[in-house]
Amino acid sequence: MSEKGIEVIRTTTWSAGPGCHGGCGVLAYVKDGRLVKIEGDPEHPWNQGRLCSRCLAITQYLYHPDRLRHPLKRVGKRGEGKWQRISWHEAFDLIEKKMKGIREVYGAESMIFLQGTGRDIGGWISMLAYAYGSPNWVFGLSGLACYTPRLMVMWITQGDHCVADASQWLPQRYDDPDYQIPRCIMVWGQSLPASCPDGFFGHWIVDLMKRGSELVVIDPRCTWLASRAKIWLQIRPGTDAALALCFLNIIINEGLYDEEFVKKWTNAPFLVRVDDSKKKLLRESDLRGNGGQDNFVVWDMTTNQPRIWRSALAEYASPDVNPTCEGTYKITLANGEVARCKTVWTALKESVSEYSPEKVAEITWARPEKIVEAARFYAKSRPASLHWGLPIDTIPSTTPTAQAIAHLWCLTGNLDVPGGNVIARYPLDVVTYPFHSGAGMLSLPPEVHEKRIGTWKYGPLKDFRAWAHPDTVLEQIFTEDPYPIKGMWIQTANPIACTGLEPRKWDEALKKLDFVAVIDLFMTPTAMLADVVLPAATFLEKNSLKAWWVPLQAINKVLTVRECKTDIEINFELAKRFNPEFPWKSIEEMYDHILKPSGMTYKELGKKGWVLPPKGHPTAPYRRYEKGLLRPDKKPGFLTPSGKIELYSSWLEHWKLEPLPYYEEPPFSPISTPDLYKEYPLIMTTGRRSSAYFHSEHRMIPWLREIEPDPIIEIHPETAEQLGIKDGDLVWVENWLGKCRRKARVTPVVHPEIVMVTHGWWLPEKPGPEPSLFGVWEVNVNQLIPMGHTGKSGYGCPLKSILCKVYKTGGE
Amino acid sequence: MNDYALLVDYEYCTGCHACEVACKQEHRIPAKKPGGIKIIELIEELPGRKLDITYFPLLTRFCLFCAPRVKRGLLPACVKHCMAQCLKFGRAEELAKKTPRKRRAVLWAR
Repeated sequence: MSEKGIEVIRTTTWSAGPGCHGGCGVLAYVKDGRLVKIEGDPEHPWNQGRLCSRCLAITQYLYHPDRLRHPLKRVGKRGEGKWQRISWHEAFDLIEKKMKGIREVYGAESMIFLQGTGRDIGGWISMLAYAYGSPNWVFGLSGLACYTPRLMVMWITQGDHCVADASQWLPQRYDDPDYQIPRCIMVWGQSLPASCPDGFFGHWIVDLMKRGSELVVIDPRCTWLASRAKIWLQIRPGTDAALALCFLNIIINEGLYDEEFVKKWTNAPFLVRVDDSKKKLLRESDLRGNGGQDNFVVWDMTTNQPRIWRSALAEYASPDVNPTCEGTYKITLANGEVARCKTVWTALKESVSEYSPEKVAEITWARPEKIVEAARFYAKSRPASLHWGLPIDTIPSTTPTAQAIAHLWCLTGNLDVPGGNVIARYPLDVVTYPFHSGAGMLSLPPEVHEKRIGTWKYGPLKDFRAWAHPDTVLEQIFTEDPYPIKGMWIQTANPIACTGLEPRKWDEALKKLDFVAVIDLFMTPTAMLADVVLPAATFLEKNSLKAWWVPLQAINKVLTVRECKTDIEINFELAKRFNPEFPWKSIEEMYDHILKPSGMTYKELGKKGWVLPPKGHPTAPYRRYEKGLLRPDKKPGFLTPSGKIELYSSWLEHWKLEPLPYYEEPPFSPISTPDLYKEYPLIMTTGRRSSAYFHSEHRMIPWLREIEPDPIIEIHPETAEQLGIKDGDLVWVENWLGKCRRKARVTPVVHPEIVMVTHGWWLPEKPGPEPSLFGVWEVNVNQLIPMGHTGKSGYGCPLKSILCKVYKTGGE
Repeated sequence: MNDYALLVDYEYCTGCHACEVACKQEHRIPAKKPGGIKIIELIEELPGRKLDITYFPLLTRFCLFCAPRVKRGLLPACVKHCMAQCLKFGRAEELAKKTPRKRRAVLWAR
């Protein structure tokens, strides 16, 4: 394109458009207010000029004839598809009236604020919910099974989140003198090049492969990465914890861990009472009446006496303590009782020793010698990095599984070292997305927070982040216990086609409500059930900012499409209407407030485009635990209750969950439900990523749909032959909950006993009005997966491991 | 344009299709019409359940080597956006020297 009059504007992707978790720098080519082309920004450290198919197709997205362009009000029945165009003014007035009505009669908590995946909306929708007065801000996937479970485990274990280090914090990237190329990257359950994982550019792994990193890939499917791996472990879905525990067994019992790191920085030497029916970390308060309940006890080898670790000060109470990590000790308590105690390390060692390679090979289906080889290769490679994917969240045993995996980088000393797993903080402490528990932009009084749905059932829900529990929300819509739910604000989320398991239940639930508003870019199956639909904007149509994880970036508005408004504009306007004391007059004023820790104004950030935290800043790597950069008191250590990496978790103990990692069989499997398995003899897994689509989005974009035209099921050639299924046949995938219709893709990438059914499907080309709802009931795989099967922590769901049968259509 | 060539270091092609859409955007080619580049997938079974998955970005007869871009000193749209950076564009002689010997790669010249 060489036309004159083209202006090139630099901005950053996040959310609608490519749909992903963003971060790519782009150059938008604009002529007469219209986007003519998009390109990757070669100067941007994140993508270095590259750009994916979804972003490159954005001209077709922006100006798609089906894109919502103005607010709509329902005039027929819900789902009938009769709409009336209204102005923004009318739309805001209508919403204000309806929602204030619900608040007045039933209380603000009766309104649910539901979002999809973590994008440039979480901060703003929660701000709206809190301005309105409701604590019920929720992500709709059962068991919050998207990153939250892993984030929680990292937070309780090491006090901070971490990610695989692909040099993303460093200005010169791979060539930066502070960086080291990982010798081994363990990729656990993710097809990185096909996805844009949370805060990570998938092809960085390919960059590292070219620079010498070798891969261990753990995946039930043979992905492209698996085919290029040094070691590929094809495991049965949902058995990840058994594998991780076996790795820990090998690493501990073969002495492949970093002994010095474990002794100094983890709670390995802490004593655990083992004589009680309930195991518990020994506290100073057990030893003396006035002792601290948060202080822990070690066995000192120099004096052969118990010694106290003062958690708040992150130091021992006496000088020159030389704690032992091993052994069983008898300790006299304040009440005169003698307690039998083990060190955390001994307790961990004993519990992981149960997971032998042979036993775990039987559980996981991976070959025992390959398991051993993988454990040794990871542990002996320095540095080694571990990248994990969503399958660790989308299983009910997510919490012990994530804990076992997080122990791998902790025991090998690969935390916050170059080329290991680097601690991921918001750059310059600017928080645009409320990952942390607590206030966010606005706060609610404690008595309102107590009404947050599900917090009374699950400790982690209460103490980590501020989500309501989606499964309990859905249940409560029907039971109205302990209080009724009357309305739902659904913003850029599509529970009927994507996040909602058992979507018929969601359909029924939405129809039971007095008021439903949907904010989206296209008319979706979910939007069809709304009373009001508002047209949202893509990232090119907004001013915003992105701060997870790095760099701190400005999203600069490039253009406007008709009447579409940004998420933040919509939330901001309504927040002001619901809360007369709303603290900001303009969005820019609010951005300036958010940016305060960086010392920049929004205008200044906009001019810079992106900023990396400087070396030595608490939000820049490496080895911050040694330098006292992680804790507010500047003491070396971690932001956990004890200041140590908690291999034995005091938080899990507090929540009455098992403090050490363990394995739990998936709830629906050949082993757990042998009777169901007789009738439904295939393990069904879902959620494999596509480079053409982000979850339920983009099916209407011609350049993308031609890459992956059909909702498919991947089935192994041997299995297909047994079932008389040929490549391209239409088949039913069915279980006790429901069925969906798929095109068979006969391929050896799946295991013969496993089928992969792609997620997020609806057919925008089919009629919108019920009963069709854009064909969602024909193709949505979630009809085979139940709500309400989260793990004991309240997190996780059986997306990766359920049972089904498959047969050709026409024979039913 | 005859001096130019495209090096396809396809050992690293992940089959992400960015090249296809980059081409269609650049040359305004609608869906279902052939673009200048197309990913071919080859999956072959190796012993021990391991597979070889190879993606190969094939230049079609419609590829113009992005002549209008190259004349302006820019890289072809597919090369510019290749997520795996497995496409390289330049003078044929120079690229021949850069062609990796130890892995599968192809040098397209015209």
